Amino acid sequence: MIREWVGGERIPFARRWGIAIAVLGLMIALILLGQGHGFGALEYLQFILDGLRGGSIYALVALGFVLVYRVMGVINFAQGAFVMLGPMLTAFFYEQKWPPAPGLRLALAALLAVGIVGALGMIIERLTLYPARRASPLTRIIITVGVYLSLQGAALLLWGPYAKVLPSFTTLSLSDPTYRFAGVRVKAQSLWIAGTLIAALLALGLFFGRTTVGKAMRACAVNRLAARLMGIPVDTMSTLAFGMAAALGAIAGIVLGPVTRATYDMGLELGLKGFVAAIMGGLVSFPGAVLGGLLLGALENLWAGVTVAGFKDLFAFVILILVLLLHPRGFAGTEAEVERA
Amino acid sequence: MGRAGFPANAIGFAIGLPLILAIGGLEAFRPMGLSLPALTGGLLTLDTMIRVGLFTIVLVGLNLLMGYAGQVSLGQAAFYGMGAFFSAIMTVRARTLGIPPALAEAWWWPWLVMLTGAFLVGLTAYGIGRPILRLRGHYLAMATLGLGIVVYILLRENLGLPHLNLTGGFDGIQGIPRLRLGGLLLWPAWRYYFLVWLFAFGAIALGLRVVRSRVGRALRAIHGSEMAAESVGVEVSYYKAQVFGLSAAMAALAGSLYAHFQTTVIPATFGFGSSLELVVMSAVGGMASIWGAPFGALTVLLVQEVLRTQLHRVIPNAQGEFEAIAFGVILVLIMLFLPEGLTTGGLRWLRSRMGLRPR
Amino acid sequence: MLYISPDGTGERSEAPLLEVLRVSKAFGGLMALLDVSLCVWPGQIKGLIGPNGAGKTTLFNLITGMLRPTSGDIRFQGRSIVGLPPHRIAALGIARTFQNVQLFSGMTVFEHVLVGGHRHGRSGLLGAIFQTSRVRQEEKEARARAWRILERVGLVEWADRPAESLPLGLQRILEIARALATAPRLLLLDEPGAGLNPPEKAQLAGLIRSLPEEGITVLLVEHDMNMVMGLADEIAVLDYGQLIAEGPPEAIRQDPRVIAAYLGEEDEVWNAARG
Repeated sequence: MIREWVGGERIPFARRWGIAIAVLGLMIALILLGQGHGFGALEYLQFILDGLRGGSIYALVALGFVLVYRVMGVINFAQGAFVMLGPMLTAFFYEQKWPPAPGLRLALAALLAVGIVGALGMIIERLTLYPARRASPLTRIIITVGVYLSLQGAALLLWGPYAKVLPSFTTLSLSDPTYRFAGVRVKAQSLWIAGTLIAALLALGLFFGRTTVGKAMRACAVNRLAARLMGIPVDTMSTLAFGMAAALGAIAGIVLGPVTRATYDMGLELGLKGFVAAIMGGLVSFPGAVLGGLLLGALENLWAGVTVAGFKDLFAFVILILVLLLHPRGFAGTEAEVERA
Repeated sequence: MGRAGFPANAIGFAIGLPLILAIGGLEAFRPMGLSLPALTGGLLTLDTMIRVGLFTIVLVGLNLLMGYAGQVSLGQAAFYGMGAFFSAIMTVRARTLGIPPALAEAWWWPWLVMLTGAFLVGLTAYGIGRPILRLRGHYLAMATLGLGIVVYILLRENLGLPHLNLTGGFDGIQGIPRLRLGGLLLWPAWRYYFLVWLFAFGAIALGLRVVRSRVGRALRAIHGSEMAAESVGVEVSYYKAQVFGLSAAMAALAGSLYAHFQTTVIPATFGFGSSLELVVMSAVGGMASIWGAPFGALTVLLVQEVLRTQLHRVIPNAQGEFEAIAFGVILVLIMLFLPEGLTTGGLRWLRSRMGLRPR
Repeated sequence: MLYISPDGTGERSEAPLLEVLRVSKAFGGLMALLDVSLCVWPGQIKGLIGPNGAGKTTLFNLITGMLRPTSGDIRFQGRSIVGLPPHRIAALGIARTFQNVQLFSGMTVFEHVLVGGHRHGRSGLLGAIFQTSRVRQEEKEARARAWRILERVGLVEWADRPAESLPLGLQRILEIARALATAPRLLLLDEPGAGLNPPEKAQLAGLIRSLPEEGITVLLVEHDMNMVMGLADEIAVLDYGQLIAEGPPEAIRQDPRVIAAYLGEEDEVWNAARG
C-alpha cells in the first residue's frame, strides 16, 4: 500500500558536516570575492534587495512546481513555458488598441492572459498527462518536456524571436520609478512583485485550508487511492491543479514583464531556477518553496555581484547539485514526502 | 532464453552490418554519379550517417541508463561535450598545457586522449552518481539537469580561467586534427564513416552483452521494483551509479569522435537543448532497446532534415520554429501512443505477424 | 548449553536464528510497534498473526532493513543487523516476499528467479562486456540453479512468460521462488495466501511445509487462521503494535486476549457493514 520507505532514514550523519562546510565555503567565497571589489555593507544590502526581486519570481514559479508535484507526483517541466506565455500574451493584448485607457487595458490584458494560460494548462493536462496517468513517472516527465518544447516553438511561431516589453505597472510607461530608503534603492515594480508573491501565498493557504475543493486536492496529495475511495474526483483535481499552476506561472511572468525583456525562450531559465527553488524547499512545501526562491534569488545576485557576468547562471545549478548531494529533503520537506519523488 | 524466440539480435547484425558497409562502399561509385544523396534524393548524406553513428554510441549508453535501469538523464549532452572538449583541448591547446610537441603530435596521442577522456568522464559520473543515487526516485534527472547546465556554462566561460582560453568561450575550438592510424589518415569522410560505425557496432554489441548479463538483469530488476531488488541482495545505488558512469563514458567517447570529425567544437552544441534531443532520440527508438539507438538517431535526424528542407513548401515562410513544435509534439505522441518506441513496438508487431508468441 | 528466549517462552538447546529485542518503531507520533520481543528458532515455521494494522509488515520491514527501528535491537545468528542496508541483510541469508506482490515488470518468470540468485554471482560490468570464460561458467551455473528452483516450485512451464501475466496465486509462488533463489536461512512470508483460492492455498501450504526440511526457517504472516494453525509450530500475536501472546497453535486458539483482539476486529467489520 504505502511503501514504507523513508529516504531520510539513511542519510548519513556526515552530511551535516558536508552542509556546514558547503555553507561556510559559500560565505567565505562571497566575502573574499567581494573584497576584491571593495564592497561595503550597503552594497551587499543592495545586492540582496535586488536579488529578492528575482527571488520572488523564482518563488512564484516554484509554487507552481510544488502544486503540481503534490497533487500529481509529476515534475512539470512545462512550467517554464507558462511563465513565458504570461507576459507574451499580456503584451500581445496590450498592443491591441482597445480599450483606450492604458491602465484598464493592461489589467484586462493580464487577466485575459492568466485565464487563457490557466485554461491552456487544463487542456494540456487532459490531452497529455491524463491519458498517461498510469504510465511511469519517467514517461510523464518526458511528456512535460515535450509540452515545453511545443509551447516554446508555438510562441516563436506566433511572435518571432523579438522581445516584448510590458509597461511598468505604476507609471504605465517604460520607465519605472525608484524609491530610496536609507541608502538602498527599490524599484516600484519590485514592490508589485513582492505583493504578488505574498498574495499568491495567502491565496494558496486560504484555498487549501478553507475551501472544500482545496481540502479535496490536499487529500489527493496525501493518498490518491484513499481520496478516490472517499469519492473525490482525483483526475479532475489533477487537471485543476495543473491549470492553477499554469495560471500561477503566467502571473509570475506578467509581474516580471516590466523589468525584463520577455522572449519566447525565457521560460527555460525561469522554469529551471524556479525548479531549483522548489527543490531547495523540499518540493512539497509552499512556504519552503517561497523561502527557497527568495534565498536563491538573494544569494544568486550576491554571487553575480562579485563574479564575472557569465557565471551568474552557474550559481543556481551548483546549488541544485549541492542540495541534492547534501540534503535532498530541502529544508522543509518531511521524510515520507521524499518517497514520492 | 535459448528457446525458439525471435532472433532479433542476429537479424539486426545480419541486416545492419551489410547495410552500413554498402552505404560506405557506395562512395567508390561516386565518380559514376552514384552516391548516397543521389539515391535518397538528397535526404541522406554520408555526413548524416556519421552523425547517426555517433549518436548511436551515446544512445546505447543512455538507453542502458533510462530504458533498462529506469533513471532519467537530462544532461547527457554534457558528457558528450566533456569528451569533445577534452579531445579538443588536449590536442589543439597542448602547448598551453605544456605537453611536449613530440607527444602531442604523435599519431596515437588523440587516441590516448580519447580513451583517457572517456575513462575520466565515466569516473566523474560514477562519483557524482554514487551519493545522489542512494536516494530513490528521480533525483538523478534533476542532478543531471543541473550538471548539464553547469558544464555548459563552464565551457562557455572558459572554465573560469579566461587568461588560459582553454575552451575558447562562445567560439569554441577550431582546427582539431583529424585522426590517423599510423600513417593512414582517417579522412575523407568515408574512412571516418567506417571508423565511427566500427565504434557504433562495438557499442551495440557491448549494450547487448550488458543487457543479457547478471548486471543487466539487476538493472532491469531495479527498474521493476527497487524494494524487491534490494530484498534479494542487489545493491541498488551501486548498480545505478555504475550504469550512469558507463553511459557517461560512452557519451564522452562519442564526443571525442565528434570533435575529430567536425574539427570544430562550440559549447552551444552541448547545451540543455541537445540533452533533450538525446532523450527524444532515445524515446523514438525505444528506450528499453539497444537496437533502438541507431533507429532513434536516424529517425530524428531525418525528421529534422525533412522539416528543414521541405516545410517551406507546405507552409510558406516557415523556419526553425516548426522544428521545435514538431519535436515537442512528436515526443508527446510517442510517449502517449508508442511508449516502447519504434523498435520495440515494431518488433512486437512483427512477432505477432509471424505467429510467434509475444514476449 | 541452554538458551532461554527473552520472552520466556521456553528453553532450547540451540541458539535462536533471529532475535527481536524490545523493538519499537514510531512513525511521527504514531507507535507502529511498541517494545516487541520475539525469537525465531532454527527449523521452525513461526506464525505471526494479528488484526490489520497490528504492525506485522512493519516488523518485516525492520527485519529486512527497509526501515530502522526507533529503539531496540534485531539480531540474526547472534549478530546485530540494525542499520545494515537491505542488500547486506539479504546477503546474510534473510529473504522475503511482499504483501503486495512486487514483481520486476517486463521480466520473465525465469529472469525473476535469476535475479533472485544475484548474490551468488560476482561478475560485474567488465565481465559482462568481455564475457570471460569464468563469467560464462557463472552464468551457466546461475541458469541451472534457477531452473532447479523453478522445477522445485512447479513453475517450469511458465518460465518464459512475463511475470505479470501469471495468475495471482502463481505470482505469489514466484515471489517465494525468487526469495528461495537467494538460498536464505530465514524466509519471511508476508500474507502469501491472500487472494488465493482453496486449491492454490493447498499448493502453497505444501510448499511452505516442505521448507524446513531444506534448512529454511520460516516466519509467516497470514490472515487465514486455518492455514497458520495448520502450518506453524509456534505463533506470535501482535495487536496495536504490541505482542499480546506467543505459544503453540492450540494455546493461541484459546488465549482470551487473542480472541478479544480478533472479536474487536469483527465488531468493527460488523459495524462497518451495518452503517
